[in-house]
Amino acid sequence: MLGKTAGGLFWMFRYLERSENTARLIEAGFRIALTRPDSSADEWASVLDTAGVRGLFDMADRTYDGASVIDFLLRDPANPSSILTSINAARSNARMVRTALTREVWEAVNESWMTLTDTLRRPVREADLPGVLSLIRRQSALVRGSMHGSMLRNDIYDFARLGTFIERADNTARILDVKYYVLLPSFTQIGSSLDNVQWETILRSVAGERAFRWLNGPDINPKGIAEFLILDGRMPRSLKFCMSKISDNLSYLEQDYGVELESLKVAKSQRANIGAGGIDAIFDDGLHEFLTQFLVDMAQLGTLIEQDFRFYG
Amino acid sequence: MNEKTPFFDELQNPDGTARAPYAGFDDWFQGQDTKHLLKKSQEAETFFRRTGITFNVYGQAEADERLIPFDIVPRVISAAEWGRLKRGIEQRVRAINAFLYDIYHRQEIIRAGRIPKELIAQNDAFLPQMIGVTPPGGVYTHIVGVDLVRTGPDEFFVLEDNARTPSGVSYMLENRETMLQMFPELFSRIKVQEVSDYPMRLRRSLAASAPAMTTGKPVVGILTPGIHNSAYFEHSFLADNMGVELVEGHDCRLVDGRIAMRTTRGYKAIDVLYRRVDDEYLDPLTFNPNSVLGIPGIMDVYRSGGITIANAPGTGIADDKAIYSYMPDIVEFYTGEKAILQNVPTWRCSEPDSLAYVLDHLSELVVKEVHGSGGYGMLVGPAASKKELAAFRKKLTARPGNYIAQPTLALSTVPILTKAGLAPRHVDLRPFVLVSPDKIDITPGGLTRVALKKGSLVVNSSQGGGTKDTWVLGE
Repeated sequence: MLGKTAGGLFWMFRYLERSENTARLIEAGFRIALTRPDSSADEWASVLDTAGVRGLFDMADRTYDGASVIDFLLRDPANPSSILTSINAARSNARMVRTALTREVWEAVNESWMTLTDTLRRPVREADLPGVLSLIRRQSALVRGSMHGSMLRNDIYDFARLGTFIERADNTARILDVKYYVLLPSFTQIGSSLDNVQWETILRSVAGERAFRWLNGPDINPKGIAEFLILDGRMPRSLKFCMSKISDNLSYLEQDYGVELESLKVAKSQRANIGAGGIDAIFDDGLHEFLTQFLVDMAQLGTLIEQDFRFYG
Repeated sequence: MNEKTPFFDELQNPDGTARAPYAGFDDWFQGQDTKHLLKKSQEAETFFRRTGITFNVYGQAEADERLIPFDIVPRVISAAEWGRLKRGIEQRVRAINAFLYDIYHRQEIIRAGRIPKELIAQNDAFLPQMIGVTPPGGVYTHIVGVDLVRTGPDEFFVLEDNARTPSGVSYMLENRETMLQMFPELFSRIKVQEVSDYPMRLRRSLAASAPAMTTGKPVVGILTPGIHNSAYFEHSFLADNMGVELVEGHDCRLVDGRIAMRTTRGYKAIDVLYRRVDDEYLDPLTFNPNSVLGIPGIMDVYRSGGITIANAPGTGIADDKAIYSYMPDIVEFYTGEKAILQNVPTWRCSEPDSLAYVLDHLSELVVKEVHGSGGYGMLVGPAASKKELAAFRKKLTARPGNYIAQPTLALSTVPILTKAGLAPRHVDLRPFVLVSPDKIDITPGGLTRVALKKGSLVVNSSQGGGTKDTWVLGE
């Protein structure tokens, strides 16, 4: 396989994952705005932080109201992570790597692109937002499903999965980091409605509210949420889960290619280190410091993968 | 069933009965409901869009990916008609390759006085860099698309030889797939020769043209200018169906005297490169130094026999419109036989007598730029307004050497499906020819392009043309 093709697959799936994650972020922000209108401006600001585009938003001189933020995240071409930009980039990459995709996967991506660019041609009215967000998630599921059902489990699949899980891990870590302070034990207003909102937002942003309740019952506490999203290997958006998948896919590649990979060595050690001392150790050493380091590690791992497989040269 | 037309209609005899090759189709069609068929053809469009069979039109930002309209009425050719065409095409393609070898070596045809020296020496399509270079296996044009038009039952003319990088083969394949999906019953009633193995035939043909130094199974690659190229869909489609890598210039570089592509496991040498990049951009060290689409050093590797480039650089001299008018002589010179396929009579405007004739008869003629393609910059005399004629007359007088003129041919028609039923439209045909050192392989079928506008003779997709599935009937 060409190095460029591997890189194209990796990024195609990163962008698909990103569009889905952004849709969830908007969903969570929108829900807060509807149920707790007082805290909504702050909430939109933190949604922008999580998406990593607050600076850009400020430059565009917009106000922190729902309509502006939503439009910026959904369809602003000036936002390199907007859903429209992401789906365009995903499809562009898919076109580049088309020879590596089954017809089903290509058609799913192409159809998603056609449907979503059409839907996002004009600003989305508030009344239509839930429908549009669910459409975005559905399109993403369509691509994932057709990939799962039709692609060979070879290096092509591995690169697609690596892109997915690096992006997902990055996303979950950001969500946690933007709100890390509400998870700290030192945060005193425990039990106040504000905290509940914040906690709920975190869980909603990763579509984990229902799973969390199933596992923990009514007992919602910040440490439990952090543990769930960082260390629970059953939760498909947790850092641990993503790290395991990354290691798995890299080790398939190592076996397949019969060479030792620097990226696998690093991924394995990161996986072993993550939460070796349990959630208490993470809190003791500082949650924010832990997440900052995690984001740095992910970026480094991305670079190593890029080099190991000659994406660019 | 069909409107009356003064032109030769391939489906219908003047008395309204179906011509023999269309008998099976006509039978089926009589039992169909037009409304239902129109609905089906809408489905075909959705199918094409979803598959991504689009082409990019330069200079049209808002519609940068467009569909070529597809018409569901097939273009049918009998086995006997095809047999004649096939012999003619084979002869012509053989002559083209012999001509190319000669023109880049001893130039016997010029010495023999059969074509003028200036025609070659002053032609931009002639690449001095190819003088004395013999491609691996002696093949210059691995893939040729011969454009044919028809004016009567036995009257076929070659309109153009596409010997550089002919495109459109993906439409031949996808049109057939679409018809198979939409009307399977047609294919169980009528024996139509298969085209779907074209990608495998192409791969086999390219592999057979690998350089002598190749060890093991030849590694074939397709070189594309990238996703913004108008034919990118076709490049990826072919790579996918041939099971070969689709590379861009920046994926490749010179490694140990070979051209190699950067894979996830390191650099891997390419034996045969089917390039869909023009000569000019192929190698910045040899041709246009500003090209970022090519591979620096590929021409040196080529000259030393380290890679096969398909088609060979410099083949454009064979499909140049100024050379075209000499094709009957060229065929005779190299094969010793009369050309089986006719040329369209052509006036070379560079010759004063011809120019005078053309200026006198401008409103009856089709005038083309010698180096033009895609239907751009041409004049269709009978369809042009007074103003257009006057403007063209000026251009023609200013640079006569830049133009050739041909009579307006009474192109045959094949009906398309419209809301009002079948309606005749003009068509052409591009069969695809594969050349390897051991054989010439012509896929039974090709791309039928159809001018969708009533009365129009311009079939180019960039100018409102569509396509049809082309059937060659079984023996």
